Amino acid sequence: MVYLDFEKPVVELEQKLEEFRKQAIARSLDLTNSIQTVQREIENRLEEIYSNLTPYQTVQVARHVMRPKVQDHVRFMTPDYIMLHGDRYFADDHAMWASVGSLDGRTVFIIGHNRGSNVKENIRGNFGMASPEGYRKAMRVMELADKFHAPVITLLDTPGAYPGIGAEERGQAEAIASNIRDMFGIKVPIVTVVIGEGGSGGALGIGVGDRVLMMKYAMYSVISPEGCASILFRDGTRFRETAQMLKLTAPDLKRLGLIDEVIDEPVGGAHRSPVEAMTFVKEAVKRNISELLEVKGPITDYRYNKYKNLPPKMD
Amino acid sequence: MPEDNVQKCKGCNRPLDMPAFEANMRICPKCGSHEQVPVRERIKMTVDEGSFKELWGHLVSKDLIGFADSKPYADRITETIDKTGENDAIVTGDALIHGTKVAIGFMNFGFIGGSMGVVVGEKIMRLAEHALKEKVPMIIFAQSGGARMQESVFSLMQLARMSGAIYRFQEHGGLYISVICNPCTGGASASFAFQGDLIISEPGALIGFAGPRVIEQTIKQKLPPGFQTAEFLQEKGFLDKVVDRKNMRWMLGKVLSLYRGIPMEVI
Ligand SMILES: [Zn+2]
Repeated sequence: MVYLDFEKPVVELEQKLEEFRKQAIARSLDLTNSIQTVQREIENRLEEIYSNLTPYQTVQVARHVMRPKVQDHVRFMTPDYIMLHGDRYFADDHAMWASVGSLDGRTVFIIGHNRGSNVKENIRGNFGMASPEGYRKAMRVMELADKFHAPVITLLDTPGAYPGIGAEERGQAEAIASNIRDMFGIKVPIVTVVIGEGGSGGALGIGVGDRVLMMKYAMYSVISPEGCASILFRDGTRFRETAQMLKLTAPDLKRLGLIDEVIDEPVGGAHRSPVEAMTFVKEAVKRNISELLEVKGPITDYRYNKYKNLPPKMD
Repeated sequence: MPEDNVQKCKGCNRPLDMPAFEANMRICPKCGSHEQVPVRERIKMTVDEGSFKELWGHLVSKDLIGFADSKPYADRITETIDKTGENDAIVTGDALIHGTKVAIGFMNFGFIGGSMGVVVGEKIMRLAEHALKEKVPMIIFAQSGGARMQESVFSLMQLARMSGAIYRFQEHGGLYISVICNPCTGGASASFAFQGDLIISEPGALIGFAGPRVIEQTIKQKLPPGFQTAEFLQEKGFLDKVVDRKNMRWMLGKVLSLYRGIPMEVI
């Protein structure tokens, strides 16, 4: 387990638990009671810590290296998936995942920021920072979904679109602008889930869903708290304050009316119980797809009206 | 007058003779640098005299999330309105250009760096809906540092709201001309500025998704000269044309005259 700074109180307990387990095996002792006591204690401490997370601590959880990533959700939701590659113009951007598969019998297309779970994957996926060809691949696959009459699921997990020379030369702004606009023309339901870090335009570039769901400890923001601090305060170390001000947590965004649903996470976060967390996501996605398939009239009208009517209402 | 108070050209750093400079549409007479133009001046130099009728000018931003940096955002809005006499970072309305009716928007860089929050989003969304209803071409002068951080995800969502309205307008055959002025980065670039059927720009304008400083920090090297300029983008295939300010009105009128007579699909 990779521990976050505020999880310190649990570290010792988990070491103790591990020690009990080893002894129980090594010396054939029955330590069931001690083990259960420690387990309860761990659960209580986690409950306590996680029900009082500060916004910046939420950001840390959202970025946790062991948190389920796009490919974990894809394998879990659509075990028979086929990966789809390339934008047909320039390259295959590994930072952008695209696949088709069946979600409990229903064909779905999944698109997501592929930030990876280890250093090798992180580098290959450019930490989930997509280039223009990634956004163009995403749009190509959404149009393919349209042809299949199959719903689209987009999974958001990126610090932002890649700010590099090649990305600018190949039209990063144009690629994202086109996606955000042309998603309004996709004639199948789109369910968007922020599973980790929802980083600004780079996230929204695949994020114009009919429903926007957020995992409980995910974040969604117009700018990273660090970036915001260095611009507004000229002091990048004041990210705890800006994380607080940006209202980037799922419960805050739900309260503000900017997202549709908060998907619960197990005690201690998705990185502790990934299967349970991915089950919650899968069930929420399935329910939302079913609801969207019942929508009367063109889904594109539904989508436009959803965004048009976002708060605040202006006279 | 002390040296510091003399306004200098950002292009060549030479002092500007203000009356001559202003008479020259704020183009430096020495180096040709297209300096920034206050929004009302821009309207005047673009549309037929007296034809501009402002729409939705009353819309004002509110502090939606209790944001405060060096000062509370609510105070920043009030102070900027008092100082600039404008209500937000875009002015929208109806106008004529060479006699053709257009729905037109001008971003106002003087208002919190032309940052884009709910008011900009709402006005561009309404402008696109209005242009669709009136069956007139739409023109937007983009000039913006990006999304307004002080409105957080509310401002991010404006990218979607504006883009949805522009999608519907274009889908029904509407002509949208995007004019990009210096500078244009972040959320404005990643939405309406690059959604034009025609995209034109003023010479030398800085245009990109990421700002040059962010890129330099990421790649840990200096950017080549001319990177992310209008001319660079034209060369890379992302702009139809770089147009001098003095020719801009003529160019818009010319395009509109060529477009006239093509009916928009009836809805
Ligand atoms: Zn000059």
